[in-house]
Amino acid sequence: MEIDLSKPILDLNERLAAENRAELDRRGVFVVDMMASPGAGKTSTILATIAALRDRYRIAVIEGDIASKVDAEKVKAHGIPAVQINTGGACHLESDMIKRALDALPLDELDLIIVENVGNLVCPTDFYLGENAKVMILSVPEGHDKPLKYPGIFQVSEAVILNKIDTMPVFDFDEGEFTSVVRSLNPTAPIFRIAATKGEGVDAWANWLAARIDALKASIAEKQAGEGS
Amino acid sequence: MHEMGITQGILAASFDAARDAGAERICEIRISVGDLTEVQDFALQFAFEALTPGTMAEGATLEVTHIPATSRCNDCELTYEHDRFQMLCPKCSGFNVTPITGRELRIDSIETPDSDGSCPESAAKDAPPDEKEE
Repeated sequence: MEIDLSKPILDLNERLAAENRAELDRRGVFVVDMMASPGAGKTSTILATIAALRDRYRIAVIEGDIASKVDAEKVKAHGIPAVQINTGGACHLESDMIKRALDALPLDELDLIIVENVGNLVCPTDFYLGENAKVMILSVPEGHDKPLKYPGIFQVSEAVILNKIDTMPVFDFDEGEFTSVVRSLNPTAPIFRIAATKGEGVDAWANWLAARIDALKASIAEKQAGEGS
Repeated sequence: MHEMGITQGILAASFDAARDAGAERICEIRISVGDLTEVQDFALQFAFEALTPGTMAEGATLEVTHIPATSRCNDCELTYEHDRFQMLCPKCSGFNVTPITGRELRIDSIETPDSDGSCPESAAKDAPPDEKEE
């Protein structure tokens, strides 16, 4: 006898992600999931993003790492609320971890949550957390061939950040090749060239993110007005 | 990627569905995997063989249907199939494309024994011989 199921394999993760999303929509909070290799500059990029946007938005950070509180402490030192998730060996974040982190944050007082995923170019790609956008960061020293080797992460990302562009003269990084491969993998994602620790190029990225946050807020306000009338 | 965890998810959902239907055994589990996911066939089958002995899915087959990646070009309106490395519109080389399929990770259905307790032939695979040497 054939029994029809037609349900997602990652059903539990996706249901919890949808719950996260609904909770965040109610409060108009935008979530961006930042993915990259260890050492690509996720934390530096997040700190630079905070510096660019903290006058416009109320920001918090969820840090995912296998162990330690190093990153959350770096963020807190800038006066930004941060929750550290230690996955204890797991190589990516899942929705239930985000759910617990959200419980620890003052959601009513936030506009933007930046999630720093575990450093990994493979595993975070297939796990929806309830975020509004996934963004990946590649750093110049990692090499221009990474989109060919790890296509999945470039495909699920709505924007690609190329970090450490100030080191371009030292490394044999073929930017033309990088751009053309990213384009063929993901035709719509903008590529932002930045040097996070120097603040270079951060504004263009921050403005893209700000436009997305504003669009979410506008669509939620419109929906709520529709429901209220 | 996470084939062991994914397979546990597949089995848990399948066991629930089989029990709800009053079945004691599962003959076949059918899933769909999009070509743009990070899931590997051989690792799924390996995990399936490792996790099913002693369960109601012992000896069952895991049938994997691959869903090709397709996208639609918003400029010239062409819908086309592509591999994971080349998403651009093949007709107008446009960047403005919307992915349609390829990211599926779905349990489609399970097959349970017929009323006489046997598995339908398409799904049947004899329980593996006990090769344990203890």
